[in-house]
Amino acid sequence: MKQTRARRGGPLIIAAVLAVFLSACASGGRTDTGSTSNSGSGGGAGDNSGYTIAMITHETPGDTFWDKIKSGATQAAKNYGIDLKYSNDPDPGKQATLIQNAIDSKVDGIATTLATPDALAASVKAAKDAKIPVVAFNSGIDQYQSVGASMYFGSDEKLAGETAGERIAQAGGKNVLCVIQASGSVALETRCAGVKSKAPSTENIQVNGADDSAVVSSLQAKLSQDKSIDYIVTLGAPIALDALKAMDSAGSKAKLVTFDLNADAAKDIKDGKIAFSIDQQPYVQGYMAVTALYLDKKNGNDIGGGGPVLTGPSFVDKSNIGTILPFAQKGTR
Amino acid sequence: MSQTSEKQALGAPAEDTNRVQLGFLNRALARPEIGALVAAIVIGIFFLVVAPPFRSAESLATVLYQSSTIGIVAVAVGMLMIGGEFDLSAGVMVTTAGLVNAIFSYQNNLNLWVGAALSLVVALAIGFLNGYLVMKTGIASFLITLGTFFVLQGVNLGVTKRVTGSVSTPNIDQMNGYSQLQKVFASTFQVGSVNVSITVVWWFLFVALASWVLLRTKVGNWIFAVGGNQASARAVGVPVMKVKIGLFMTVSFLAWFTGMHTLYRFNTIQAGNGVGNEFLYIIAAVVGGTLLTGGYGNAIGVAIGSFIFGMTSLCIVYAGWDPNWFRAFLGVMLLLAVLVNLYVKKLSTSRKVG
Repeated sequence: MKQTRARRGGPLIIAAVLAVFLSACASGGRTDTGSTSNSGSGGGAGDNSGYTIAMITHETPGDTFWDKIKSGATQAAKNYGIDLKYSNDPDPGKQATLIQNAIDSKVDGIATTLATPDALAASVKAAKDAKIPVVAFNSGIDQYQSVGASMYFGSDEKLAGETAGERIAQAGGKNVLCVIQASGSVALETRCAGVKSKAPSTENIQVNGADDSAVVSSLQAKLSQDKSIDYIVTLGAPIALDALKAMDSAGSKAKLVTFDLNADAAKDIKDGKIAFSIDQQPYVQGYMAVTALYLDKKNGNDIGGGGPVLTGPSFVDKSNIGTILPFAQKGTR
Repeated sequence: MSQTSEKQALGAPAEDTNRVQLGFLNRALARPEIGALVAAIVIGIFFLVVAPPFRSAESLATVLYQSSTIGIVAVAVGMLMIGGEFDLSAGVMVTTAGLVNAIFSYQNNLNLWVGAALSLVVALAIGFLNGYLVMKTGIASFLITLGTFFVLQGVNLGVTKRVTGSVSTPNIDQMNGYSQLQKVFASTFQVGSVNVSITVVWWFLFVALASWVLLRTKVGNWIFAVGGNQASARAVGVPVMKVKIGLFMTVSFLAWFTGMHTLYRFNTIQAGNGVGNEFLYIIAAVVGGTLLTGGYGNAIGVAIGSFIFGMTSLCIVYAGWDPNWFRAFLGVMLLLAVLVNLYVKKLSTSRKVG
């Protein structure tokens, strides 16, 4: 109970802190504030449903990717007058406990990622037994049905990898380097495997994604070890920026392709330094997961016709970056 | 002078009688860094054989850069460990320093130098707090700094998210002061045809300075003394509290320095970064011959330890080994380094005549 109250207080404090900093900003006069997308207090005069929805992810704190999922979810919650309770834990056991917490507090719906479907199956089943609808998003495309989630919103990592590989092969890429920034992640491995299935000479490399200088020097080492590399695929936008530094230092002429976007990567696509990005549109994942639960509750709807709803791969390159860049700078794409 | 007798007294009291007879080999063997040096040479030769791309000046420059990013903080961590304490907060403190600078300057639209100065103050304050708490409470530094580690990790994320709305800082490369700071902390220069990072120079400089302090100054004696036996050090008049707090602040200073490098090299910092690096610093120090129990070690050894780590982590890539096994290779290499180090040290303590 205490926890709930503390959480309710959260937004107020955030708003207060933001107000302070935004005013500081205005006096400072930096042109683009780069400030929050989930701050606004007004706007969004949509439905006032009063539902409570729990969103539970395997987010490891500190990755901009999850900001976008949360932005999307927050926006949807605002539109439909939903009280959104976000929680996360990268540890599968703890994520299962968080789902159980949501069930115990009798929420109206649960949106969860299924990065570790086996570990979460029991909790999802418990939610179903308690008649709480569960939708999956972001990961678990192959297992969400067997686990018991009713819908899925996310990218098909394998398809995303394959399309990237196909595009690279068409552009004449011969030796592809796929950069994995966290060891033991099924999703990342799957992406690289997808690339490899269309561009067979693809080779993987492991880097320490928590240390930018380590990423740069590892890639620099790899690029000087194998000068024939002509395409590099990074699996996250920050890693792409590190890769650019490494290519620069190693004098590599390889082309760079990345998964996901952020403001800097979007700018590099505009400047032609990054050939293209495979975006899985995390904002849409968060937005749709909440929306689906809302529609289910409100109107008994089911989205996706029994199959997964794909939010990607969506390609971002020079041809469409003009429209996308402002959104990337705002932190929603 | 006083320092020579001090070292003798601490290291090997029995040596006094036959000191004259020690030949060059034994004198060399008695130095704390010799084991690490031999290990570095052994591993270096090994990789020169199995990893052809390693045999170039460019590769060496990359290895030195990688080593310096670990090595700068590791030198301070090594000194702290000689003084008998640990600092688990050093890795995230690097990130904290960069974040403070970037966020403060950006949000208030101030010159980056102001942010850098503020960031230094914050870092030193954290270091002071670490040291003060350890000394005042008497709780093991392992626990105190573990606490700081978690706090900083949370604060890094929480504050960054609240202020910038994202978990990474905005790009700062268009702001005032950027180009100067970039030159100081993250530029490169040419040696022949090779680009060398300025951090390598800073690293050498800090190592030399640390080595001088440890071996040639009174403060150096104090550091060995408090690490060897705190109670007796206090009894003979060593200002234990000042020395230890100073050591923690040295760590935080060099963590700040590395944080500046990261910020001005990458123009943006992700709030979750730096976790795990605290162990790399400790590993570098231990591989370099610093005792986990304190009272023994030296700066050059720590530098060699950092180099072994940098070389191994990159040479696995140069050798083109299966990346899935990277950590396993790394572990084996580091074990090897420690074993060689131990073996050489054993030689130095068992063979006394020659």
